[in-house]
Amino acid sequence: MSVQLDDQGQLRHFLTTEGLDPRLLTRILDTAESFSGVIGKSVKNVPLLRGRTVINLFFESSTRTRTTFELAAKRLSADVLNVAVDTTTTKGESLLDMLRNLQAMQADMFVVRHNQSGAAEYFARHVDPGVAVLNAGDGWHAHPTQAMLDAFTIRRHKGPFEQLRIAIVGDIRHSRVARSQIHAFNGLGAGEVRVIAPNTLLPSDVDTLGVQVYNDLGAGLRDVDVVIALRLQRERMQGALLPGESEYFRHYGLTESRLAGAHPEAIVMHPGPINRGVEIDSALADGPRSVILDQVTNGIAVRMAVMTMVLGVQPETAREVS
Amino acid sequence: MSRILIGNGRLIDPASGLDETGDVAVADGRIVRLGGRIEDFTPDRRIDASGQWVIPGLIDLSARLREPGATRKADITSESRAAAAAGITTLVMPPDTTPVMDTPSVVELVTHRADITGAARVVPLGALTRELAGEQLSGMAGLAAAGCPALSDGGRPITDSLVLRRALEYASTFSLPCLLTPVDPCLAQGCLNEGPTATRLGLPGIPAAAETAGLGRQLAVAGACQARVHFGRLSSADGARLLTTALGENRKLTADVAIHQLFLTDQDAMEYDARFHLDPPLRDIIDREALRQAVADRVIRIICSDHQPHDQDAKDGPFASTASGASGLDTLLALVLRLVEEEVLPLHRALATVTLEPARLLGLEGGRLDEGAAADLVVVDPVAPWFCTGESLRSRGRNSPFLGWEFSARATHTLVAGRLVHQPDGP
Repeated sequence: MSVQLDDQGQLRHFLTTEGLDPRLLTRILDTAESFSGVIGKSVKNVPLLRGRTVINLFFESSTRTRTTFELAAKRLSADVLNVAVDTTTTKGESLLDMLRNLQAMQADMFVVRHNQSGAAEYFARHVDPGVAVLNAGDGWHAHPTQAMLDAFTIRRHKGPFEQLRIAIVGDIRHSRVARSQIHAFNGLGAGEVRVIAPNTLLPSDVDTLGVQVYNDLGAGLRDVDVVIALRLQRERMQGALLPGESEYFRHYGLTESRLAGAHPEAIVMHPGPINRGVEIDSALADGPRSVILDQVTNGIAVRMAVMTMVLGVQPETAREVS
Repeated sequence: MSRILIGNGRLIDPASGLDETGDVAVADGRIVRLGGRIEDFTPDRRIDASGQWVIPGLIDLSARLREPGATRKADITSESRAAAAAGITTLVMPPDTTPVMDTPSVVELVTHRADITGAARVVPLGALTRELAGEQLSGMAGLAAAGCPALSDGGRPITDSLVLRRALEYASTFSLPCLLTPVDPCLAQGCLNEGPTATRLGLPGIPAAAETAGLGRQLAVAGACQARVHFGRLSSADGARLLTTALGENRKLTADVAIHQLFLTDQDAMEYDARFHLDPPLRDIIDREALRQAVADRVIRIICSDHQPHDQDAKDGPFASTASGASGLDTLLALVLRLVEEEVLPLHRALATVTLEPARLLGLEGGRLDEGAAADLVVVDPVAPWFCTGESLRSRGRNSPFLGWEFSARATHTLVAGRLVHQPDGP
């Protein structure tokens, strides 16, 4: 899927972490690091995207992702327009028509979230040259900025990826976050990426993504440095995927005691929003291992980094500004 | 009616095994002389077939023409003309039109539209159940009298096994073949083959079990009846294996495969290209090779285009939201001959899958070169390279998965009932 890269191998859209060069992944993290300083300062805005227009186009509701994209754009001094599309009321207008109309408003970048896998790539193939598309989540396929902010958080807390064992627990099958994390962590050279779930929540041939597969939580967590819990959607109880929340929590819910076999300094992450008492208990989510709120904060810097990179603003420039 | 002499062609007939250079004389809609030099025949028109092949016209066992009901996509006129230009002389049309082909009046409408177009023949299949709802039997005898040679579930499997059994039993009363779709709809809720590609793309997968579960149930029900049963559009190695076993007990069973299943795999959909959104889905390379082998072994005796033309909007959007199906008339002949080039099938066997075998299944008189037979035939230039492009397609459906492919053979002249319906400078 080279639609996200230009002839020189630079990002022109950001659609997926799959197949990205390790140097490019690392540069995203390094650039985010430079913006991270900006966030800590009292003057929070940099003028890198002044005069540019960013349209947040959300076909699925979202609070945290949309807000952090909006903050990222504003800190880069871009003009931001939020468009929430209720797909139940817009039947009849094709995606292409909507895209053309919004493009006519002189957008430089679309941040797109859609419930269909491949939607962001669809937009990227249809926008005018020079307009960038950032995937803010498409169906079960990809959520690349989430994966990069997770990678950023892991690197800050645990250092280089080479020695790290990372476990992702929960609904892998329906998770765009998990897919993007797997590709990003493997791309960054992680020692081992594991997925832990009951078989109904694993996609077929999941090992082909480059992961070790575990059904048993205790075995899967042994010696891991990073544990990522995924959100369990309530809908999964219908459709015969799971019998119920309490049984799920008994077997796959994260608690301090279940982390006994993990590395003593293992960190716990969650892409949010959390179902307390379903995939993770409150003591762990709010405890010293948890870096869940760091993830949210880091999301802004990572999204700033990606926004400048797809619009061709040099990282060097960014560093000078910071 | 005009008298036509096709001269000096390589005459190839899979029914008789004929393969020799000679002439064909056509008069009154029929082949009146076949083979050798024909000198005592006064034609109105001569076609020089030197260096070319003369073969029976193709019979495409599954072609959606979108009329009645979806003429924004295609219609009987556009598609029967496209077929003629592609060497297809008979289009067999599934009953899932709107309204459904469950009454003689709809059959008559279709037949009438095909007659006034005067290109390829159109043979409608009757619905096995009313509205294809799988609940009440259609008026099968009436449909047969109106011109349906067989009945079909129209791609919507009858889920109630008792209704299925009754439908097969009733159809067998009138010796009507039943064309079934071997799918368990509960397992088929996805848009791509279940496997590594669907997992990467984050698309819901359809397992091969959707086919074997459907096929296994239908085989069990069919085994209890006298019905002549045919399974349409096999897609998996497991399905082919199950069918092979079943053939050991019942030699009358037949099956077909869509030609694209013999050339493409789910990896072709890797960039969410909606042209590869098909139903049943494209599967993996092992399935593709098993299907090729099943065709070579005559487990699968018929190849069809599974033509499903779509308008541009239907194929526009994220993969899962697009309509499934491919436009296939334009490439059927070229792809069948490519199977010969790739040594999957010898020439006569390959041609039999799209001529003799579908004719046998439906009791149609075409599909062969024979004195006295209907003059449905095609002159093929075996070395006429062409690129498949949006502009080259005659079908109104531009949703071909073979755009950009280069093919070596094409139909130069097509005769239907002795009438020239396609020739190099248009009909």
